[in-house]
Amino acid sequence: MSTPTTTRIVGAPVPRKEGVDKLLGRARYVDDIDREGMRHGATVRSSIPRGLIRSIAFDRRIDWSEFTVVTAADIPGENCIQLIVADQPCLADGKVNHCEEAILLLAHPDKHKLREAVRAVRIEYESLPPIFTIEESERQETVVWGADNLLKSFLLEKGDVESAWARAAHIIEGVYRTGAQEHLYIENQGVIAEYSAEGGVTVWGSLQCPFYVFKALRAVFDLPEEKVRVIQTETGGAFGGKEDYPSTLACHAALLAMKSGHAVKMVYDRMEDLAATTKRHPSRVRHRTAVDRDGKLLAMEIDLATDGGAYATLSSTVLSRATLHATGPYLCPNIRLQARSWATNYVPYGAFRGFGAPQAIFAMERHMDEIAAAIGIDPIELRRRNFLHVGDTNATEQLMREPVILDQLLDRALKESDYHGKRAQFALENPDSPIKRGMGIAAFYHGSGFTGSGEVYLNSLGGIDVTPDRKVRVLVSNTEFGQGTNTILTQITAEALGIDYSDVTMAAPDTGVVPNSGPTVASRTSMVIGRIIERACIQLLASLREHAGLGATCTPAEFFTACNRYRTTHGEVVSLCRYEAPPGIVWDDRRYHGEAYGAYAWAVYVAQVAVDTVTYSAEVEDFWALQEVGRVLHPVLAAGQIEGGIAQGIGYALYEKVVWQDGRMANNQMTNYIMPTAEDVPPIHVFFEEIPFKFGGFGAKGLGELPQDGPAPAILNAIRDATGVAFNSIPLLPEDLYLGLAAAHPAEEMAAR
Amino acid sequence: MSTNAGATSTRHWPGIRFSVNGAARIVRVPPMKRLLDVLREDLHLTGTKEGCGEGECGSCSVRMNGELVNSCLVPVLQAEGADIQTVEGLALDGVLHPLQEAFLCHGGAQCGICTPGMLMAAAQLLERSPRPAMAEIREALAGNLCRCTGFIRIFESVAAAVDAESAGSATKLTTEQMHHAR
Repeated sequence: MSTPTTTRIVGAPVPRKEGVDKLLGRARYVDDIDREGMRHGATVRSSIPRGLIRSIAFDRRIDWSEFTVVTAADIPGENCIQLIVADQPCLADGKVNHCEEAILLLAHPDKHKLREAVRAVRIEYESLPPIFTIEESERQETVVWGADNLLKSFLLEKGDVESAWARAAHIIEGVYRTGAQEHLYIENQGVIAEYSAEGGVTVWGSLQCPFYVFKALRAVFDLPEEKVRVIQTETGGAFGGKEDYPSTLACHAALLAMKSGHAVKMVYDRMEDLAATTKRHPSRVRHRTAVDRDGKLLAMEIDLATDGGAYATLSSTVLSRATLHATGPYLCPNIRLQARSWATNYVPYGAFRGFGAPQAIFAMERHMDEIAAAIGIDPIELRRRNFLHVGDTNATEQLMREPVILDQLLDRALKESDYHGKRAQFALENPDSPIKRGMGIAAFYHGSGFTGSGEVYLNSLGGIDVTPDRKVRVLVSNTEFGQGTNTILTQITAEALGIDYSDVTMAAPDTGVVPNSGPTVASRTSMVIGRIIERACIQLLASLREHAGLGATCTPAEFFTACNRYRTTHGEVVSLCRYEAPPGIVWDDRRYHGEAYGAYAWAVYVAQVAVDTVTYSAEVEDFWALQEVGRVLHPVLAAGQIEGGIAQGIGYALYEKVVWQDGRMANNQMTNYIMPTAEDVPPIHVFFEEIPFKFGGFGAKGLGELPQDGPAPAILNAIRDATGVAFNSIPLLPEDLYLGLAAAHPAEEMAAR
Repeated sequence: MSTNAGATSTRHWPGIRFSVNGAARIVRVPPMKRLLDVLREDLHLTGTKEGCGEGECGSCSVRMNGELVNSCLVPVLQAEGADIQTVEGLALDGVLHPLQEAFLCHGGAQCGICTPGMLMAAAQLLERSPRPAMAEIREALAGNLCRCTGFIRIFESVAAAVDAESAGSATKLTTEQMHHAR
């Protein structure tokens, strides 16, 4: 393993940049902010999953003159939320396609009067038949979106699958399903909007991507760039849930602000947030795999389907990432992968940490254990025989040029977890115990940054400037929502310029101040933005050496003196850089072929699980996470990301179930949507191998989404190891375990009574 | 979930007296108004957060007469005469509380929204049990949900605060940290 070069600040556990504000309770989240004369906004939503709006009536018991009422007719521009496909209205106009779809907006100075007013708007519908499953959608008997319900499809082909079946020693088939998952950021969605004819629209909000909201507002209000401004406030968790939804909420609040002539705050309560905002796409993945006598993969045929919900939102790009992660970190010469995202009449599904990869990896890694069982090979050995290595090509025939160290990660995972020792011990203990223990593994990669040519299209611009009060400001639209953007970009800047951590500040995440360095998604901040900032620093030093007499090496004082000199002679001290793709990135979007990602993070995760055959509860007792993510910029933050992602992955596997009732989320409360608590998380052992990536910020690759990918398959593989029963769907709740185990062992079941 | 009890009105409500972070306060608000809203709206102490409004997430945790309570479930009339401590009362004279110091150094806060409640729950624990075992830490924090950290670094932060407190270390904030950390 190569050793990272010596750095002062990169790689050191410096205090979180905005940490003191958060710990003192004075960080300002959107609901902590009030504006002069501010009104509160609320949303009247559809009570049916699909239908035509026949009439809207206002109950006379309410004095409506106190309220501002906004409908689709008040929209000055396009009634559409700008994302990838322009299909989602800002406010429903004549028809609704999912429960909780926004139809009408209300504002009032007293937020407590809104609840009753929302109930006093009576909407009559003519119901149309809804679709609630992928299967109904693919039958296309009822068409709820476009001509055929198909939001997006991809076909990925490598080699010749048909030629492989006849040669195969074994052909193994399986179907794997994953459910919806709620982000459950602890701060609900919220924004404040102001409008004036001269100034246009200003929005403050809890959000990930200021320029996405900016684009949405411009279209809805038909305003030029200079009349729209979006400012991110401190954001209390996001996980993808604040990637696309804030665009809708910002437009709603801004419409109320325009009509009322006052600032309008809209902050959802938990029930509204859970019922009305996006979730992780449910999936169904069918695998058919040919292997030879030694377990070498000969062919994979994969049919991957996701439920996209009522509008296209980000379903196409989620499907893309699912496609590109569906074959796992394995070498297979023949692949045919058909991926489709189907429309239904649920609240649209959206971005969620992992972005399609957790669904696809769950299926692949669960399937690997079924292949191993079918052909009688140890699941560890099966993986080892098929791992990608440098010089191999993956499903898109991307050549593995950078180091691939899956074997080392696997060896260390087995050692750290005492995998073989534990399995031997459990094999002895399980037969005489009502608690059945098992060990499960998952091996996987996660591509960093936007897919294919995505980063080139984004064309991100970011950089730094130096203010007269001797501060370097980082100029990016990438936002902090807990993952550490402020801290790592400050570290990179201080390191590259040779100044102190405290000499660097983050410019406000305000579209009126910072350039568009793209969205804060896709594990791209450390690698892509970090590199842009590092280059901007190098560029500034070169300029100061050329024009302001800065020496080859300098102290912080000399740096700032040179900046002052430059300012006097040349003006503003600012250095901006655009994204530059690493060499050799060639991607064919039509064939889904080529360099899908600039870099991959690699991981092997191990779960130790105990299944109680009396209560049918499954508990993760211990967890090991080994990964190679390039250079680790901040050891504490990085480990915190991994641990947090694993906890979400444990929830995804064993706890978190969205219960649907006629298209509406029935358990839209924290009381009955259950996430892991402090008592539920196991010890999590995190290990990093560091191989600096030449084209990432100080060698970093992405790591934020990686830990969401591995826990679910590792846990269900451990449950198979413990019980001998294959469970192929998540979430796996005690009732599901009961049904599965009772079906597999009916006699024991009787005896247990 | 808020209730209509908080509705503003021209009615003259009787004063409710209590102390917050050692300072005597009197508020004239509807008696069923949630303590959470009184702290945030009437006393402008916005450090205490709302996450669920139903006592599940613990983000609104404050200490009242030495007990940890979800302030979203406490009608303010129940606070009459009470001693209330919020996150704003943890740091004294510019010195971070050992728990705040430990959360800062050990990654106990990520997005920060659960942090005030988590700190109050941890402060409650350390007052009851100055040297808690890991199982006690887990149990004491089980009513406070964090979606970012997976709790591991929060446990470590609490354990580190215990160690620091026994060693008697404390960090004085610099002027810059006190006034402008970002």
